Amino acid sequence: MQFDSINAFLNMGGYAFYVWLSYGVSAFFLIALLLSSKANNQKTIKKIAQRQKRDLKLRQAAKLQNEQTTTVSPEEES
Amino acid sequence: MWKWLHPYAKPEVTYHFTGKILSWFAYLTTIFLSIGIVWALIFAPADYQQGESFRIFYLHVPAASLSMGIYVGMAIAALCSLVWQLRLADASAAAMAPVGAVFTAIALITGAAWGKPMWGTWWIWDARLTSELLLLFLYLGVMALHNAFEDKTLAGKAAAILTLVGVINIPIIKYSVEWWNTLHQGATVSKLGKPSMTMDMFWPFVFCFLGFALLVATIICIRFRTEILARNSMRPWVQDLVKRVEG
Repeated sequence: MQFDSINAFLNMGGYAFYVWLSYGVSAFFLIALLLSSKANNQKTIKKIAQRQKRDLKLRQAAKLQNEQTTTVSPEEES
Repeated sequence: MWKWLHPYAKPEVTYHFTGKILSWFAYLTTIFLSIGIVWALIFAPADYQQGESFRIFYLHVPAASLSMGIYVGMAIAALCSLVWQLRLADASAAAMAPVGAVFTAIALITGAAWGKPMWGTWWIWDARLTSELLLLFLYLGVMALHNAFEDKTLAGKAAAILTLVGVINIPIIKYSVEWWNTLHQGATVSKLGKPSMTMDMFWPFVFCFLGFALLVATIICIRFRTEILARNSMRPWVQDLVKRVEG
């Protein structure tokens, strides 16, 4: 232990501003990078899932339309 | 001999493999970084000339050397992507750029905060500082190119070329303190076999350095996996995986 008291630790031998600025900025940047990387991962998965659902709906709609036209058209012809 | 590497060119295999090592990296980061930071802030001795301001060293030096290390990694990935057209190499280079940019920024800011009390100035346009600033701009340029094109293959190619051109900056940063007169001091720890510092300053540095290196590995893994998913979003294995996760 290099410091006698909490105050001495916080004071950093008179360099408090520079030392805590460095540690604070570094912690802020790294935590922000970590969290944004994680958030980006979740966002990407959500985006793919959304597109999946939309594609499924489009395919179902196309199928339905296809069925209707194929069932309707022979009657019209006859 | 190197054939065991082949399956890892397959995005699916790499995705699952990085998922496994990611949790290990995360655990080890927590252990090493908490030991390292506490040791550096409380137990390491103050420098006989610089006093307590020396504690900035434990952030500044790992950040600066990792900022260069990540760039070298990114350049190797860029070369692989240009020569062998490995899609995964592009994805990994895209994952590395933002992490490198953040570490460069940290190196510059902690350097300024250390320079003000020791040199009497936040900033000076000397070789070491200017070339490190250039590194930040290279990272930002690479990031911009990766996002500039809808077509990720084209974007990867453009970014890879810029990355390889920028490699010239790495030896300039490394040897700037020897080639030019500068305020910045020379190498302290990277003298092979004989670091010019006492052991009770050296060991906390080792823990901090490994902690930050593991943090880099963790974050790059997360970003790499995101890139893999985004670039393979139409593949059946991604579709299945997303279905399982999102229900």
